[in-house]
Amino acid sequence: MKIAFSAKGKDMSSIIDARFGRASGFLIYDTESREFSVVDNIFINSGQGAGIKSAETIIKAGVEVLITGDCGPKALSALRMANVRAYSVKEVSIAEALKAFEDGKLLEIKPE
Amino acid sequence: MKIAIASGKGGTGKTTLAVNLALSLKSEVLLLDCDVEAPNTHVFLKGEPIGNRIVTIPSPVVDEAKCNGCGECGDFCAFNAIITFGTVPVISYDMCHGCGGCVRVCPQKALKEFERRIGIIETFQCDRIKLIQGRLDVGGALSPPLIRAVCSEAKSGLAIMDAPPGTSCPVVATVREADYVILVTEPTPFGLNDLRLAVGVMRELSLPFGVVINRMDDAEDKLIEHYLEEEEIPLLAVIPNDRRIAELYAIGKPIFGSLPEYDGIFTGIMKTIHEGA
Repeated sequence: MKIAFSAKGKDMSSIIDARFGRASGFLIYDTESREFSVVDNIFINSGQGAGIKSAETIIKAGVEVLITGDCGPKALSALRMANVRAYSVKEVSIAEALKAFEDGKLLEIKPE
Repeated sequence: MKIAIASGKGGTGKTTLAVNLALSLKSEVLLLDCDVEAPNTHVFLKGEPIGNRIVTIPSPVVDEAKCNGCGECGDFCAFNAIITFGTVPVISYDMCHGCGGCVRVCPQKALKEFERRIGIIETFQCDRIKLIQGRLDVGGALSPPLIRAVCSEAKSGLAIMDAPPGTSCPVVATVREADYVILVTEPTPFGLNDLRLAVGVMRELSLPFGVVINRMDDAEDKLIEHYLEEEEIPLLAVIPNDRRIAELYAIGKPIFGSLPEYDGIFTGIMKTIHEGA
């Protein structure tokens, strides 16, 4: 399974970026191979629609789970369309966020 | 001639100035309320409603049988209104500007357009003044197409356009139609800050403009005047900070005709613009 993290840096020790649509970038972690790749967020300075385009970016990367600070209703509805579950986490390191997710400690972001 | 009234900062007196300038004219005039997110000119001008027009913009809809999910529509959309992930496009209408680009780039010809309502234009006749105001539908986020529709009502003769506040797209959509822009400000640091931004927009668009200072106290420290002098911007008029003006505003009444000692301010502004432009 692939997990996307909104990240301020480019490795597993980087801190989670609390913003989703305007995150610095995305770190895509593969739980089977235990390898990760980095995807830049080219929509970070979009006038509008950064959230749904970021959703599109990670959906295309084939992820099943997103771990971020929070995301807006449009991005969330796009993610749900592609059956990607989003989870909220504080600004901890990606390694810590992954651990918390695997321990079942993260709350799923649900539509209001 | 089209005269737009803009400000940068909100609440400086754009609508007050627009209404009173229109009232100060002896000829027929069109008054356009381009602040389509919060039109309020009708509060100060009581007129007969003479018509409504629904405004739409062309918006894409996908024929799922023809779409192969290639995603070219989404790649093309400059407004990020379309996403695809190997599927038919997901369209966010509240971000669509109706440019039609997606329809043209679709290799499958799977997109066509329908007319999507964004708001209405209401027209009132108030003696010599014809008031036309746009009203964006509740929940709508995209005002420039509606503003352009309001502006298109000005065909010939004199039109006064009451712009929305700020310095972003809705303001640009209004002022770029104008032959002259009046920037209204107030003598405060906030007023000056936003005036500077508005001046930047006018210069970027190469529009002739002048400034009106509203709510001016005698004791004021000439903050705005100094800036205007430095930048060589014409000061068109100063409206004093008079409690009676605020009292009139509170009951929805204009200044012109109610406080005759100020009538000259408004006729003077029009005269200055006509002589300069």
